[in-house]
Amino acid sequence: MGGFFSAIGDVVTNEVTYSGAMRFAALLAFAAIGETIAEKAGTLNISLEGMVLGGAFAGALGMHLTESVTVGLIFATVIGALVASVQANMSHRLTANQFVVGLALNTLVLGIASFLNTSIQPVSKAAHRFKIPGVAEIPLVGDALFNQPWPLYLVYPMVPAAWWLLYRTRWGLEVRAVGENPQSADVSGIDVNKRRRQSIYIAGLTSGLGGGYLVLGQIGRFEDAVVGGQGFIAIAAVIFGGWTMRGVIGGCLLFGTVNSFRLTLPTVGHELNSELLSAAPFVVTIVTVTFFAHRTREPRALAQPFVRGLT
Amino acid sequence: MSEQQVPQPAAKSAEPAATAPAPSRLREAGVAAGMYLGCIAAALLISAVIVWLTGGSWQAVFSALLDGSLRAPGRWGETIGIAIPLVVVALGTAINGRAGVVNIGQEGQLMMGTAFATYVGVRMGGPGPVVIVCLLIVGALAGAMWAGIASWLLYWRRVPEVLTTLLLITVASQISGYALKVDWLLLAPFREDRSVRNQVSDQLAGDTRLPRIDIWGNDFPISAIAVVLMAVIVFLLFKRSVWGFRMRMLGRNARTAQRAGVSTVKYGTNAMLISGACAGLAGALMLSGGDFGNYRFTPGFANNIGWEGLLVALVARSHPVGIVIVAFSFAGLRAGSGFLAATGVEREISQVVLALLVLALLVPPAILFIRERRRALSATRDRT
Repeated sequence: MGGFFSAIGDVVTNEVTYSGAMRFAALLAFAAIGETIAEKAGTLNISLEGMVLGGAFAGALGMHLTESVTVGLIFATVIGALVASVQANMSHRLTANQFVVGLALNTLVLGIASFLNTSIQPVSKAAHRFKIPGVAEIPLVGDALFNQPWPLYLVYPMVPAAWWLLYRTRWGLEVRAVGENPQSADVSGIDVNKRRRQSIYIAGLTSGLGGGYLVLGQIGRFEDAVVGGQGFIAIAAVIFGGWTMRGVIGGCLLFGTVNSFRLTLPTVGHELNSELLSAAPFVVTIVTVTFFAHRTREPRALAQPFVRGLT
Repeated sequence: MSEQQVPQPAAKSAEPAATAPAPSRLREAGVAAGMYLGCIAAALLISAVIVWLTGGSWQAVFSALLDGSLRAPGRWGETIGIAIPLVVVALGTAINGRAGVVNIGQEGQLMMGTAFATYVGVRMGGPGPVVIVCLLIVGALAGAMWAGIASWLLYWRRVPEVLTTLLLITVASQISGYALKVDWLLLAPFREDRSVRNQVSDQLAGDTRLPRIDIWGNDFPISAIAVVLMAVIVFLLFKRSVWGFRMRMLGRNARTAQRAGVSTVKYGTNAMLISGACAGLAGALMLSGGDFGNYRFTPGFANNIGWEGLLVALVARSHPVGIVIVAFSFAGLRAGSGFLAATGVEREISQVVLALLVLALLVPPAILFIRERRRALSATRDRT
């Protein structure tokens, strides 16, 4: 047991841990920001995983075609929105079951991405690191926050922007109304399903960008298992955060840190079982949600389709 | 709702039926069938375009899929073998779908079921048939346990079951991966004839395997018959039993069910446990049936069968007869993908076809539902 605590101590004082945590958390945050907006409007958007994966492949493809990280990220965003358009129109125009649509989309995107990946085999590489002078010298966390591949920095302005959009604009108010009580929102003249579709589009944009960041900022190349369930962890982060921007970002940082622990423990010389450590983020997620989620309240119409005149 | 406030003579409510005659049933059925055919055709067309864009021949792909699933000798036996676990998983999913509880973790429950069943099948001595029965029961129990965690957290702390079942999949796959790495759990003892000693269990002994039926060169495990029986039982449960009625009531309107004396916790937990048990049983059947992994448990053993079974139930809209049909066609797609290598097109295309079909099959019921709503709404508008 003493060995365990000294291992934790070694990891906590290691700068690499924070760097890794930040990189994992950034991906989760890209996806979770959009998911927060979608869930506030009442969609439990399972296809988040597919959006990130689509963005990841599109990012690699864009880089392959033009050798430019920027174009790759734009490709990623567009494909994320494309996946979102299917989810949005199927579940909030046709009012098909949103879980079925989401699951089918995840399968579809994985199928298309791995199919095209083997037939095109895009070549890509990670973007260069960009050190922000001055602030990057802060001990322990300076490196983690301000010496990262440059696509990561896109997440910083996105957090306040999403908050402002959701809590300080008329559109955001309508989105929240639609997620809480669609009948009342409908009566007061808001197009419920339109707002829901728009919020899913935003989820597609941000998580597509997240996928692009994953390939072009973090890993450097596309593989089929590159996302590996992190879209689902982002959904967990939203629930963990109690549907508030602050809580969601906290959740992303927590899950990112757990994930980073897994990778840094072996490098500081502590042997732990790799399978059980890989399961750790998921177990931690379940445990934390169990003990914290009940303090918050989900959007009341979450995962309920809206059809005028029904209920 | 203004129409409710205005008291109306009873005769007036019969009027809209006269002004807007209900379209004939036959025509409605024709329209629905046409829509289904159109949507399936569209899904196939999109898949064909994807193949064509990447330089493959779509005729070859579809003919390979047909060959691999039905036409080539011995292939429809293979398709039945794959359909068995799909049907079992889907029947369980149908039960919790009726009860309004969401379970999307069948993949994990299936893996846990297989892992436990492997342990029993390999370690337990004794006469073969006894071992088979024990292995199937233990598999089902393990699946139920894994789903039970989610339902326990749901009713204890109101943790969304969508999330827990989903996350437990990865945990299950990591745990069974770990079990396959240590000797005292599942890892096969070292033998000279096998060079790779990585993460593979011992093979089930000959007398602990399910017997196989052979019809004209197509062989499939005997569990196929049991599975059809299971579908009939679930059908009767839904149609004819108080239990099935209460489940449906709970799914349609939990509050009404609660008022009528149906315990949400009890029936919800039951539904979840049964669904998990079905997934676990499916895993045990896969292991002892022999169509997957050659009677051995490996990390990739589940191979998305849990996910696909879930999709089968959702596409068939939880109807037992529909489940058998959809499962057979999905299994055909999977069996057919084995023949794709000869065409030079990657086998992932079968995943694409499958997902497109699922999406396509969602469209007609949704459109029909919306049309019905519109008609009802315009009828109420006429009345006021």
